[in-house]
Amino acid sequence: MSDWPLLSLITFLPLLGAAFIFFIRGEQEDIARNARSVALWFSLGTFVLSLWLWFSFERGTAAFQWAEEVLWIPGFNISYRMGVDGISMPFVLLSTLLTPLCILASWEAIKVRVKEYMIAFLVLETMMVGMFCALDLVVFYIFFEGVLIPMFLIIGVWGGARRVYSAFKFFLFTLAGSVLMLLAILAIYFETGITDIPTLLETRLPPETQKWLWLAFFASFAVKVPMWPVHTWLPDAHVEAPTAGSVILAGVLLKMGGYGFLRFSLPMLPLASADFAILIYVLSVVAVIYTSLVALAQEDMKKLIAYSSVAHMGLVTVGIFTVTQQGIEGAMIQMLSHGVVSAALFLIVGVIYDRMHSRLIERYDGLVERMPAYALMFMVFMLASVGLPGTSGFVGEFLVLVGAFQVNTAVAVLCASGMVLGAAYMLYLYRRVIFGKMTKEDLRTILDISWREKAIFAPLIAVVLWMGIYPMSFIDVMAASVANVIDNYEAALAAAEGPSLAALWPVE
Amino acid sequence: MISLDLTSALPEVFLACAAMVLLMLGVFRRAGSTRLVLVLTVVVLAVALLLIVFSPDDRALAFNGLFVTDNFTAYMKVLVLLGAALTIGMSLGYIEREQMDRFEFPVLMLFATLGMLAMVSANDLISLYLGLELQSLSLYVITAFRRDSVRSSEAGLKYFVLGALSSGMLLYGSSMVYGFAGSTNFEALAEVLAADLAFGRAPSLGLIVGLVFLLAGLAFKVSAVPFHMWTPDVYEGAPTPVTAFLASAPKVAAMALIVRVMVGPFGDLFEQWQQIVVVISVGSMVLGAFAAINQTNIKRLMAYSSIGHMGYVLVGLAAGTEAGVLGIVVYLAIYLIMNIGTFACILCMSQEGRMVERIEDLKGLGKSNPLMALAMTILMFSMAGIPPLAGFFGKYFVFLAAIKAGLYALAVIGVLASVVGAFYYVRIVKLMYFEEPAEVLDRPIGAVLRLMITGTSLAMVLFLLVAGPVVGGAGAAAAALFAG
Repeated sequence: MSDWPLLSLITFLPLLGAAFIFFIRGEQEDIARNARSVALWFSLGTFVLSLWLWFSFERGTAAFQWAEEVLWIPGFNISYRMGVDGISMPFVLLSTLLTPLCILASWEAIKVRVKEYMIAFLVLETMMVGMFCALDLVVFYIFFEGVLIPMFLIIGVWGGARRVYSAFKFFLFTLAGSVLMLLAILAIYFETGITDIPTLLETRLPPETQKWLWLAFFASFAVKVPMWPVHTWLPDAHVEAPTAGSVILAGVLLKMGGYGFLRFSLPMLPLASADFAILIYVLSVVAVIYTSLVALAQEDMKKLIAYSSVAHMGLVTVGIFTVTQQGIEGAMIQMLSHGVVSAALFLIVGVIYDRMHSRLIERYDGLVERMPAYALMFMVFMLASVGLPGTSGFVGEFLVLVGAFQVNTAVAVLCASGMVLGAAYMLYLYRRVIFGKMTKEDLRTILDISWREKAIFAPLIAVVLWMGIYPMSFIDVMAASVANVIDNYEAALAAAEGPSLAALWPVE
Repeated sequence: MISLDLTSALPEVFLACAAMVLLMLGVFRRAGSTRLVLVLTVVVLAVALLLIVFSPDDRALAFNGLFVTDNFTAYMKVLVLLGAALTIGMSLGYIEREQMDRFEFPVLMLFATLGMLAMVSANDLISLYLGLELQSLSLYVITAFRRDSVRSSEAGLKYFVLGALSSGMLLYGSSMVYGFAGSTNFEALAEVLAADLAFGRAPSLGLIVGLVFLLAGLAFKVSAVPFHMWTPDVYEGAPTPVTAFLASAPKVAAMALIVRVMVGPFGDLFEQWQQIVVVISVGSMVLGAFAAINQTNIKRLMAYSSIGHMGYVLVGLAAGTEAGVLGIVVYLAIYLIMNIGTFACILCMSQEGRMVERIEDLKGLGKSNPLMALAMTILMFSMAGIPPLAGFFGKYFVFLAAIKAGLYALAVIGVLASVVGAFYYVRIVKLMYFEEPAEVLDRPIGAVLRLMITGTSLAMVLFLLVAGPVVGGAGAAAAALFAG
């Protein structure tokens, strides 16, 4: 390990970019142009830096790497701690990959208040990356909540017609969940006297406390994931957010919930996790089947993809709480895959929305006639979302189902049936928009995707295929950390069982 | 050694003398002296601030034990003086524009500040009352300072009548306490109660009744529910700089007083007063959150907001521990700065030279004055307690204390109220950014206000960097209170 603070650099470089943009002065046009390019260059720089993380990352160890520590609030043992392991590192990359793509995607779509928009996005990137890197509960919470401010503004200022309602719904739902998590964090601090995550991962909390803490964390993460029945903010937020906002929302923000379950609930509160796993299964299965059915009935493309997100994230939560190597790895791959695929699908919708200013499915038909390249890209992502072998979606879903079968056959069967529904709504969407005869007059002049748009989709397609064809390069990264989580979990369960067995059969 | 030791009261003595000199100056120079007197007032406050910063940290008594200074009083006095100096400084433009520029205005504020310092340092029920009344009487007058305005006079009258009622309750409570404990001195009271506890005697009922009245009188001063009724009307009716003043320094002083009285002499009655504090804390948080939702006047909104904030501060008191007091101190420091910043923004709200105070008037500020809108956004998110802004840390430390003290239900109600509260703060952000401007607010805004707004909003963002020292200082302040 080198001793320079790579993670802090990755986290705060976008913030520096935001500060740069803040001080841009001049004519309206110049400001907009400069803001766009500064934002793009800074986010690309961040991405390049984070690639260094990928290559220098030591596989096969569960330890936190690139760790940093600076004492922050001395009396309270709170430090600024950063570090990544196999679970958080891929998410850092996901965030840094999606941000420049979002900025590219907003290049022409955002025309008003470009400067503020770019600042909001770069601040958002800092918060997201910081959240995945944070190794102190308080620092984690600050980043976790800090995301709300830029996202609220992005939805509210640059969103669609019902943006105010959606922005508020998003904000209040998430806040209500997270303040309970805050109390849980305070309670953990009170119980143990530390907020240092690596140490807490080794600490055992009393079973009764675990239950309450688990529920408090659950309140926050379930809203973020989002799990049925608290998913209702998601379709609204997705539909009203500008394209890039939806991309980040689906691509990264939803992963915060899954990441939270994996980082906190499972390792720190293993006994409660075991007790409540069934709750997670039930809610997830409902999410998978119910939201898939709801997706079938949607008229609005973004809403359809939003509901599909809820279904896909349902698989993630099932995978995590199977606590098997395959299940958790599957959940991780599924999250990464969904991060890329749903982001891409929102961008796909964004492409035609920019041209026709409508997201309604009935506004489109037979696009393949005028937009063959577009149809091809749409197909790749649509199939990845369905889970076609060879794409990333397949790997994730397959592993999750393998994990689920080991633990609970009924859950696995129900989840698998959800996947069939998934294929149904995605193929149905694709048929209505792309195939058929082009009957709408105004579609006759629609243009196929431009070079800029191709440049956005190319890396996403590459990642989707890479993950689908050779998932090992991702699984290698996370395997050791996942195994560590599972060992920890089982050791904790065994330790809790120990005394009760001893009570049943006392040794003479 | 108990004696008439004036050195520890040096800042107060200086302030009292300076106030009288300034009064003379105003009287003899008459017309056109307001600006000079106001600037000198701010200078005097700054000097007093320095005197406190550079005074020794040790606990010291003066005036035969009526007056105490320690780390806690020093920290609180710094906050009071800072709040007073900033709010007086930013009132200049307003009083000149609104023809309120009489030299009595800053001088009265100076007297009120002196009263607050006396409150913070009170070590006896008598000196407590003296400080409180000096503060209150000055505040009644400046609330009604625009005597030709019906609203201002009404606010002043309302404040006076209800304030007199609360003072009455306070005095009644004090007399009960004196009657049943035999002393008004805080240390003597603590000894009596400790002796009761040591011999296993239940505290006498009369004493507890006295304590309840005392607490009711003090709760009025911090406008905690159910003694909050005056707050929205007075805030709305008073001239805006006075409202800013009311919402900042006196709140800090009164809260410091409550903390000292409860933790000091009545520390052994913790179980008795904890229930009361929990109830008024929950009431304030919940009412502050829900009642603010429907407000259309921004000053009324700020009134409910301050009721809510006082509820959060009382959460720290309900914990009754050193951690709780630390939380209170941190919260008050942040609240003060945040509040001054918000009022600086409100003072900038004018259209064609006429002050406006509807929330609606902020519509589209994001377009018409992006920097002010940004500052206001930061302040509002901070008020709502969203990290990484300063407001979050205040809530963090009080709720930490509540959890430590096992007050789980209180903590849960508190955070949920903060979500409801977030709604109305964020609504202001919504108006500024998500809607088109109806009538544009005047620009440019004065240099003092601009400085104030920039400074406070930067403080909210950069609090992260100074969190260590601020919390450390608060820790020392809290420790001072629990040392004796």
